[in-house]
Amino acid sequence: MARVILHADANSFYASVECLYRPEAQGRPLSVCGDPEKRHGIVLASNQQAKRHGVKTGMAVWQAQQICPGLIAVPPDFALYKHFSRMLRDIYETCSDRVESFGLDECWVDLTNPGFTIEDGERKAQEIRLRVREELGITVSIGVSDNKIFAKLGSDLKKPDAVTVVHPDHFRETIWPLPVSELLYVGPKTTKKLMDYSILTIGDLANAPRHVLKYKLGKNGLVLQDYANGLDRSPVKPTTLEEAVGSVGNSITPPHDIRTPEDARCIYYLLAESVGARMRDSHLQGQCVSISVRTTGLASYSCQRRLPFATNVTSEIAGVACQLFESRFTHALPLRSVGLSCSALSMEGTPVQMDLFGHQARREKQHRLDCALDDIRRRYGNLSVVRGIVLAEPRLARVDPKDDHTIHPQPFFTG
Amino acid sequence: MQCAEMRPNKDKQYVDVLAHHRLDGQTIPLRFKAEDEPAQWIVKVCDIRPAHSLKAGGQGIRYTCLLEDGSTLYLFHDRSLWFLVR
Repeated sequence: MARVILHADANSFYASVECLYRPEAQGRPLSVCGDPEKRHGIVLASNQQAKRHGVKTGMAVWQAQQICPGLIAVPPDFALYKHFSRMLRDIYETCSDRVESFGLDECWVDLTNPGFTIEDGERKAQEIRLRVREELGITVSIGVSDNKIFAKLGSDLKKPDAVTVVHPDHFRETIWPLPVSELLYVGPKTTKKLMDYSILTIGDLANAPRHVLKYKLGKNGLVLQDYANGLDRSPVKPTTLEEAVGSVGNSITPPHDIRTPEDARCIYYLLAESVGARMRDSHLQGQCVSISVRTTGLASYSCQRRLPFATNVTSEIAGVACQLFESRFTHALPLRSVGLSCSALSMEGTPVQMDLFGHQARREKQHRLDCALDDIRRRYGNLSVVRGIVLAEPRLARVDPKDDHTIHPQPFFTG
Repeated sequence: MQCAEMRPNKDKQYVDVLAHHRLDGQTIPLRFKAEDEPAQWIVKVCDIRPAHSLKAGGQGIRYTCLLEDGSTLYLFHDRSLWFLVR
């Protein structure tokens, strides 16, 4: 049975929502920007007018204001964007129960049904596009194809407010002439490697000798070639935005550089509180703790440790993170930002082999303590109870990573 | 952080609303009151749909309301707040 898959991408999502709520900004350049005082001062999203002036995502706010005088810079409202993301999903779910989120603003929708053709898919996509514009006041670009990769590529071809069909019989004419960097998961580094072999377009990649790709890019090279030939068969996984997929993590760029191991310890406790609480909220526990650091020179490093048991106890996660940091990264100080995540997730209560000489009773007590703290924070806010270690650094005492936005696209590339 | 002058929005007014929360989960506004104005009863809700308002700026469930003086207006329920479009 031929598959029919849509990829819907909300155009300039954050900026579109902000423009909708600020009628006075319509027709004027607007960017959603992080707070420069918290050292998050970069452009997160821009509307068409700002883009026309050359404002790009990731640019420093002062640069954006320099090249675009009169730019309206607004702070992000992630609760509002999540609300819109939920409403977008609700619209997609009226068409199919197989909807997979890819970040806040993108979704794949699997419309495959007996007798349902690509042309029917295009009609459905037009209905969705009009409905989103009427009901939500923002626009989406939708790609229609028989696989997820081409559907995503299609949604990038015409913007804004458009539907593009990548027909499985005619994709060679439309897709193959495009630059290879347009393909999902061909980033700048892969593009450069492919350029060394004169692979410049998606068509070049599709027709390249397989042994060259395998030699240059490993097995991922073969997967990318399959993508270029329209042979992606990965299913649309019905996931919700809130579902924890592979890992639960948080990272933070504190208001000042992390200069001492004590500062780092304090931040890891802060992050472990958030990661632990989020895992407990979802009844998950992780067996692998990973930490990442970014130096003031913007170099990034990471390392991980697998534990003999899965945990969501804050003190255990923080303890492992601090040990990892002290054994690996003290030389990298000062740091601009640090991250902590737990992976190898399992559900709480999964049967485990007990350690005869372990400290199970103490661990259970710690878990009960964490749950009690979660309960207090649910009722009185995340900052109602904080650890003493965090109070040692007053500038960090008001930082709340759990309520910071935790929006990450789901991992897609598993090949 | 706002860098450019933004004028206050005169087309959007948040209001107090008295509503009927029906057994089927639907919410029907019965009366609304804007600040410094007398409360107004809604004679009939003619239409209910999700919609946006470019004029007022915002999105929500839009109620097209018939008032006692025969005029109609749009009342929006945006998450927990209600606003009307002037």
